[in-house]
Amino acid sequence: MANPSTKSRLPRELAEWAEIIEEYARNEGLDCYETIFEVLNNDQMNQVAAYCGFPQRYPHWRFGMEYERLERTHEYGLGKIYEMVINNDPCYAYLLNDNALVDQKTVMAHVFGHCDFFKNNHWFSKTNRRMMDDMANHATRIRRYIDRLVLEPVEAFIDTCLSLEGLIDPHSVFMQRRMTRQQKHDNVATPDGITRFPAKPYMERYINPPEQLKAESDANREEAEHTADSIPAQPLRDVLLFLLERAPLKDWEADILSIIRQEAYYFAPQGQTKIMNEGWASYWHSTIMTNYCLKADEVITYCEHHAGTVATSPGRLNPYKVGIELFRDIEQRWNTGRHGLEYDRCDDMTERRQWQTQDPPEGRVVGLESIGRKKIYEVRKIYNDVTFIDEFLTPEFVDEQDLYHYRYDPNTGRMVVVSRDFRKIKAQMLYMLTNHGQPYIYVLDGNYRNRGELYLGHKHNGLDIEIKYAVETLKQLYAVWRRPVHLHAMIDEDAMLFSYDGEQSTQQRIDDSLPTAAHTV
Amino acid sequence: MISNITKDHQRFRQIVKGKIRDDLRKFLTRGELLGREGKHTVSIPVHGIDTPRFRYGDNSDSGVGSGDAKPGDKADSEGEGLGPGGDQQGKHILEVEVGLDELADILGEELQLPRIEPKGRKQITSMKDRYVGIRQVGPESLRHFKRTYRQALRRQIMTGAYDPNNPRIIFERRDRVYRSWKTTMKPQSNAVIIYMMDVSGSMGEEQKELVRLEAFWIDAWLRRNYEGIESRYIVHDVRAGEVDRDTFYRIREDGGTRISSAFKGARDMIEKDYIPDEWNIYLFHFSDGDNSSESDSRECCKILKEQLIPQSNMFGYCQVASAYGSGNFINVLHEHLADQETLITSRVNNKDDIYDSIKAFFTAGR
Repeated sequence: MANPSTKSRLPRELAEWAEIIEEYARNEGLDCYETIFEVLNNDQMNQVAAYCGFPQRYPHWRFGMEYERLERTHEYGLGKIYEMVINNDPCYAYLLNDNALVDQKTVMAHVFGHCDFFKNNHWFSKTNRRMMDDMANHATRIRRYIDRLVLEPVEAFIDTCLSLEGLIDPHSVFMQRRMTRQQKHDNVATPDGITRFPAKPYMERYINPPEQLKAESDANREEAEHTADSIPAQPLRDVLLFLLERAPLKDWEADILSIIRQEAYYFAPQGQTKIMNEGWASYWHSTIMTNYCLKADEVITYCEHHAGTVATSPGRLNPYKVGIELFRDIEQRWNTGRHGLEYDRCDDMTERRQWQTQDPPEGRVVGLESIGRKKIYEVRKIYNDVTFIDEFLTPEFVDEQDLYHYRYDPNTGRMVVVSRDFRKIKAQMLYMLTNHGQPYIYVLDGNYRNRGELYLGHKHNGLDIEIKYAVETLKQLYAVWRRPVHLHAMIDEDAMLFSYDGEQSTQQRIDDSLPTAAHTV
Repeated sequence: MISNITKDHQRFRQIVKGKIRDDLRKFLTRGELLGREGKHTVSIPVHGIDTPRFRYGDNSDSGVGSGDAKPGDKADSEGEGLGPGGDQQGKHILEVEVGLDELADILGEELQLPRIEPKGRKQITSMKDRYVGIRQVGPESLRHFKRTYRQALRRQIMTGAYDPNNPRIIFERRDRVYRSWKTTMKPQSNAVIIYMMDVSGSMGEEQKELVRLEAFWIDAWLRRNYEGIESRYIVHDVRAGEVDRDTFYRIREDGGTRISSAFKGARDMIEKDYIPDEWNIYLFHFSDGDNSSESDSRECCKILKEQLIPQSNMFGYCQVASAYGSGNFINVLHEHLADQETLITSRVNNKDDIYDSIKAFFTAGR
């Protein structure tokens, strides 16, 4: 198969529809990158999907594994991929060639929703918008290493990196670690690190009292003494960065690790905004299709398609469904004035249900002017899944959507519905969304026992980590660090230290006899 | 040009095959595979495919779902829900689906089994129907309900006959849509395997399990190489009779052992149904080798030498270790028929020997 991006130009009918729908989308206020649609056949679609949407990825068997899974899914008739869209400028989106026209129209409307979200949501603001090119470059670089070094060592090292790929800090891209020149100028800290406010000489004693300066200087020295030799200076969540900077890697290994890290950072916001992103796109395909694009003979096919997209099944939360309903709920609430202090304080359910301090807009097409619409545009700009659910999930919504909390029942070995309590449901949802359901791991010491050993820590917030996997992951970590590696984790309320020294995996309870790491979690 | 994904996919299969090959002896002795046929897939746990990561104990031990349910109701879905799919991360496969054919191939590679060439005379071609299309006419039993329903619904909405308050859909002649099929031809070569098993009192459950496993894998391998292979099964104690596949694997009988009865049965079967010039004939005999008399053993050798061995591509004799002393038949064969190249014997004492026994049967190309 040839590279999809060089194939199958968009048929005229679809190209026309793409323009029309883009026009509708723009009129509704969506703000997209230029969007390029391509038509793929099913096999090409599976390939692109296995590559997470990109036409080129570095060679690795896990893409083949994913491809096989998609092929089987399709073969058994368990589902097909309607669309893929890539966060890139220009935005690339793929259509499946044997879909009906109405499906293609729906998919296009959906894609413009995604594209607007990629461009405008704050969490995507630091992502690489030239990823299409960079992915191809990554592929070329890794292929070159394979040509030079044969497949096995390169593949083994990629396997190792993939097992560590989650150890990044998605928030770090928003942190400013060094002060800009302007900030330095404004700031009052002097080169010795002590805060001294500008003052006329005769006011100096009062504005910058000497005893205050001394106290601060002492505190600074003490802290400096404590952390002088510690590497890293603070607990560090970006384990991959630490490895890149400190591990004894060959050039090609460091390059591969940095590739995996870059790609992990690129994909991280998509994990952080799954519900919002799909909800937003579904909201827009629904709005655009039902208001503008649907012909009478297409209604049934469209409804079937849409119903399939937002279908729910027991024990599984469909992000499309939760997302679209929550956006609609927010729009509705803001249009009727159901928000703010008074509404929140009101605990009379009947009153809440009939609450209307604001006249909802008239007519079928509400348009940009309505308060509700403005609100959801704001929401799509600044929230991610965690804050989205935290802020906008209401008891009424949970009730309306029939959400429930389920738990594993050890007696029957099955999942059992345990409650419909709002707080429990919300807590559980936030729990599942925080850090994408992955444990927080920090580098606590890069020179543990003063022997160059690596010491990681798991920040425990309710759940233990899986020991078997942790032990195996430590082995992978050792392959990068090449000195003994340790993981501090709470297991059944005991602090445990898991170690791997290249030959043997050990675990021991942490007590006072063990040397401590530079930092704690 | 081979696309990149094809390479990645081939690499993945290669890794899976490698892992299976490492554990091949174990898979050969897995009883639950018995009775499956070529196209069936089996889930095989493949170790070391999963990428280890730091993760929580069991992520799915609680969660949020939606739907009409009361506390106490079951919340696990039976089978995966039909989702929009596509952009979700793939699950880490610990179990990999592998076709029995593929397993047989791996077995073949590993044992370096020669592929047995068809005799290439009269080729029978079989026809196979597959439902692949849709058409406007057809028998009611093949009506495609979903499409018909949708067609009727669409027509009723367009003509204004649809009442949302009383949503009744009535099919008309022109709404009806039927499945249609296509016939494909498949070439077949002519081969028959005749399995003979001693079911006398001395063959216990354990011995039969060994026979079953070995016969199963031979069957799987040969079926892989021949389209439309025929298998016939004969069981015997002092008398022999033909049984079907299912019975062959389950039967339990008592009585003495007269091996010649089975050989006579096979001879008659060949005479009646399979002209040696047109058929590849493979004979396998499983026994504990505890034949009732010397004279019967001599008669066996005579039948083998004069009829069965010349007529067949191969005669395999597999002697299973018995709880009642060691059988002697294998020694008789070695003594009298040492010069017969297509006679192959092997001994199986426990499950681990199955692998070696199959290997013994299929080393040199026959």
